[in-house]
Amino acid sequence: MRETFSTDDLQPAAGGGLLHRRVLLKAGLILASAGAAQPALAAAGKKPAVESDLAHPSWTREPGQPFTNYGLPSKHEAAVMRSVGANHDVPGNGVSWTPLESLEGILTPAGLHFERHHNGVPAIDPAQHRLVIHGLVKQPLMFTVESLLRYPMTSHLIFVECGGNSNAGWHQEPIQRPVGSFHGLVSCSEWTGVPLSILLDEAGLDPKALWAVAEGADAMLMNVSIPVEKLMKDCIVALYQNGERIRPENGYPLRLIAPGWEGVLNVKWLRRIQLTDQPVMARNETAKYTELLPSGRSRMFTFVVDAKSLLTSPSCGQSLSGPSVYELKGLAWSGRGRIAMVEVSADGGASWTRAQLQDPVLPRCFTRFRAAWKWDGQPAVLKSRATDETGYVQPERAALVAERGRHGYFHYNAIVSWGVDAEGKVSHVYA
Amino acid sequence: MSKSAKAVCTLIAAISILAGPATAGKLGLGQSATPVEIAAWDIDIRPDGQGLPKGNGTAAQGEEIFQTRCAMCHGEFGEGKDKWPVLAGGAGTLKEDRPDKTIGSYWPYASTIMDYVRHAMPFGNAQSLTNDDLYAVTAYLLQLNDIIKDPNFALNEKTFLSVKLPNEGGFYEDDRDTSEKQFWRKDACMKDCKKSVEVTGHASVVDVTPDGKSGPKVD
Repeated sequence: MRETFSTDDLQPAAGGGLLHRRVLLKAGLILASAGAAQPALAAAGKKPAVESDLAHPSWTREPGQPFTNYGLPSKHEAAVMRSVGANHDVPGNGVSWTPLESLEGILTPAGLHFERHHNGVPAIDPAQHRLVIHGLVKQPLMFTVESLLRYPMTSHLIFVECGGNSNAGWHQEPIQRPVGSFHGLVSCSEWTGVPLSILLDEAGLDPKALWAVAEGADAMLMNVSIPVEKLMKDCIVALYQNGERIRPENGYPLRLIAPGWEGVLNVKWLRRIQLTDQPVMARNETAKYTELLPSGRSRMFTFVVDAKSLLTSPSCGQSLSGPSVYELKGLAWSGRGRIAMVEVSADGGASWTRAQLQDPVLPRCFTRFRAAWKWDGQPAVLKSRATDETGYVQPERAALVAERGRHGYFHYNAIVSWGVDAEGKVSHVYA
Repeated sequence: MSKSAKAVCTLIAAISILAGPATAGKLGLGQSATPVEIAAWDIDIRPDGQGLPKGNGTAAQGEEIFQTRCAMCHGEFGEGKDKWPVLAGGAGTLKEDRPDKTIGSYWPYASTIMDYVRHAMPFGNAQSLTNDDLYAVTAYLLQLNDIIKDPNFALNEKTFLSVKLPNEGGFYEDDRDTSEKQFWRKDACMKDCKKSVEVTGHASVVDVTPDGKSGPKVD
């Protein structure tokens, strides 16, 4: 029997009205949640017609739709979609963001997984696709997709984050966009495929093979170097995403999954792995995906994703409908392992209290967290702060900028601040 | 042995026959790839010259190719049109407030130009340049960046390694574990962390849905 919520539980655990996370476990607490500032249907000027008899709406009396071979979301959820940021000259070059503000739990539906393409989604015929492993190996090998499907597979719930995600955080002015269109170049899926170590063992690694160059089959043959140690440790040649074959825009028929490492290394449409004694120094590990620091020199091969978290609700563009107890909820992840703790603040980081982590808490996977917040109607600044199992604590923006300057572009992982004004409107602020 | 136990045994035998090579520890479903086959796939070019194809080109030849096949996006002098990448200029800007990261100012190796052009350019018609064209276009890009001065310098697999880019020494491997050690901490503040909270930078424009025009630069 769960303990019952009482007014004693409204004693704040930190400034600005944050409550202890235990209240979330109690019965009887009714939480308000932030709403979209402009609900999609209301924006279209349509108010849903109220049924004259809510106890017996038409769908309880008339036969429903027939079976479908492949189900789609309800038409009432049509506004939940990726926002596309492609260059108008080149529709296939750009990104699309996962609408983090509209999703719950930790898994991203395949159709909402973020995209980053350099030259569009290739229309690959799986029968004509090959994976070639060559270079410093005893026996160069060529695999068909069909043959790879016969290998023993493994499965991981893994986030993939673009190294350029959240890069607007380096701007001097806080960008005003929904959280997904600012931080949504990160998604989390169950990836299933063949451990790369099996295939590399079959080819037979030369001891001099310290690096591998992975190449995709898109119309720029995107190539990038990865240490062999990582490939042998936990990389997979993924064939399935969330139980079904990988979607074309996510690498069909196969992609590399490098758990916890920046997105570009998770090469989509994987077609070739060359084992080498040194990196190839491709464009996407020199000109791009390197971080220019205040010294004028640049860090390269910054593979692992630092711990990060953000509140998805309330978040930029949403609004609160008056003083009440609100649920704060968000996502945390780290390329170094599990999330150990998430703390939240409602007073701009002056004080913090722990959020409740929702099971499962898995390494290199999204972790959902929740907290309760009694909003008194005064302006507030909401934040979340992740700590991973290595003890890395997500830095405040000022600390990150002091360390790295503002021109690194990649790997922005600072604490995200949402300002709530007296009307309940939520905007992005720096605090 | 009961009938059903026999059936199970038979089934196990059938499975092990089907699985075949698995009992030897290897499935071995990859086909051997011959050097001729691999040569058609492997177009990587490394800083030490591995992968350089046979060919020859000059900046003067490259300029002609560049103007007809590249300048519509990158501009006549590599200055970049609209959101397309700037390829030249920016020398000495890396410590400035608006660093200009071009081939000449930022890229570490000339091989990166050739490797990338060979994989990806011209955009929309990738892998269509001959090896001579590749050397010529690379030479022209190097000339635009004042790295090759003589427009008739013959760039080929023998002379390539003599070309060095100014920022080659400007990179180092990930050192976050030590340089950012302050982010690993056991003393993260829980209360009275700040005397006052200064909220800065309220931006006024709420740009809810990014459109094509506000999209990222073309990378």
